Amino acid sequence: MTYSYIYQISHLLGGIILLCAFSLLSQRRLSAMIALYQIEAITLAAAALWQGFAQNAGDLYLTALITLVIKAILLPIGLRQIVQRFNLIRAVETAMPIGLSMILGVALIGIAVLVVLPTTLSAVSITREDLAISLSIVLLGFLVMTTRRNALAQVIGFLSTENGLVLAATGMPGMPFVAELSVALLVLLACLVLGVFLLRIREHFDSLDVSGIEEIERRGR
Amino acid sequence: MLYFLAALLATLLHAALVFAFAPLLLGGITKLRARLLGRRGPPLLQPYRLLTRLLRKTTLQPETTTHLYPVWSFAAFAALATSALLVPSFCTGLLTANLSDFITLIGLLALARAATLLAGLESGFGFGGAAAAREALFSVFAEAALLVILISFVLIAHAPTVDSIAEAFRTGHIGISVSLGFALAAILAVALTEAGRIPADNPAGHLELAMVHEAMLLEYSGRYLLLFEYAAMLRLLVWMNLIGTVFFPFGMARAGDLLSWPGGLLLWAIKLTAMATALALFEVSTAKMRVFRVPEFLGVAMLLGVLSGVFLFVASRVGG
Repeated sequence: MTYSYIYQISHLLGGIILLCAFSLLSQRRLSAMIALYQIEAITLAAAALWQGFAQNAGDLYLTALITLVIKAILLPIGLRQIVQRFNLIRAVETAMPIGLSMILGVALIGIAVLVVLPTTLSAVSITREDLAISLSIVLLGFLVMTTRRNALAQVIGFLSTENGLVLAATGMPGMPFVAELSVALLVLLACLVLGVFLLRIREHFDSLDVSGIEEIERRGR
Repeated sequence: MLYFLAALLATLLHAALVFAFAPLLLGGITKLRARLLGRRGPPLLQPYRLLTRLLRKTTLQPETTTHLYPVWSFAAFAALATSALLVPSFCTGLLTANLSDFITLIGLLALARAATLLAGLESGFGFGGAAAAREALFSVFAEAALLVILISFVLIAHAPTVDSIAEAFRTGHIGISVSLGFALAAILAVALTEAGRIPADNPAGHLELAMVHEAMLLEYSGRYLLLFEYAAMLRLLVWMNLIGTVFFPFGMARAGDLLSWPGGLLLWAIKLTAMATALALFEVSTAKMRVFRVPEFLGVAMLLGVLSGVFLFVASRVGG
């Protein structure tokens, strides 16, 4: 009984994260995307906490704390500041119609499921569905990154991808804590770098639309 | 025999409660919304007053309409009244349990919608036609989404009736699953659109250009309008009952067991209050969508329904 209970709660949390990642695709406005990312990160922290409780592993509590502080509080504040400073409260331009990108999203989830299930036949069944969910979140993050032209929206896609990785890591018993910590720090560093990068793009093109870079690339050839 | 009598009694009580309290539910939501916005709002019993007032008013028929003009109001009301009888409220095992097939329910809702659409087209004036076109556009997506959600329900519960789905979900072998979460999100989107609540349509709106449900009834008056208004109230309650029964069936009474009724009734009241509060909170915190965004919103619902099916497939492969 307790076993299935643990299983169900962790799946529910995974499902909520997946739902957030999926909704990221359908949002046009940056503030809505940031809010969704924040919900996703809070749920991820809860999932890590739950896994720490279920696996009786102390370092997962620490992971949950790091996730909560860095991803659910600090990063959204930073992203909102960027939105404020760059005056990006208006709509996000998408490179692809929303409906099409969402259909692609469902297809990606289907692919994730079809890939994970046969390749993990020998694994313990508790982690397989989790793994399918995590892989779907990672792929959806990539999709967000490819369908948006706005650099900030791409950053949010990247962060969502990273959430998927952390979800997979917390679901695996015996994942060393050092790896998770380094991933978290890496993301923070990457965000700082991206922030500087955004400033530079802004300086050169007066907007965060990355199509300006493509223009330069075309001219260079 | 005794069981039959108990079920009969339960069914009658169910019908009486649903028909009596549908206006109260709407009044409560309107009041709560007003309070949340810092206004005093109309009294709780305002919908009843509206209905009695409409009963006293003269019923006029525009000259340009056909003989079928009164028929649509009766058709819409009859379809929604039937669906109100089919969806269980406080207990399962009503006499109508075997008839409460999910597809029948979708059909009845579609019938009511078709009648309202034709009522909008009846007098041939612009706003009614425009609203009817929008309603038709929404319903294409809403019905598709509902059918997709239905697939996962039937796959989980192995039965197509609302009553047996609730029974299957209550027994607890299902537990909390990802697919049900997706299905809940999807059905909420459909319910909001169908009941004409805020992201899709503004129930308090008075601008003909932006109205959907109201604009189709602009040429109706008196008793015919009463039937439409009452049908709209019933529709809101039917949707709340449906969501409450399917997703939160825990503690619902059984028709054959008289002692479980008070608990079931209390729980039903709590569920309705909770849902009404959630709806009011949601409505004051969101803006109405542009009309052409609504199909997209329902498209998301449909895809969530598909995802729910995908994860059921996963769960069955993992489990088996």
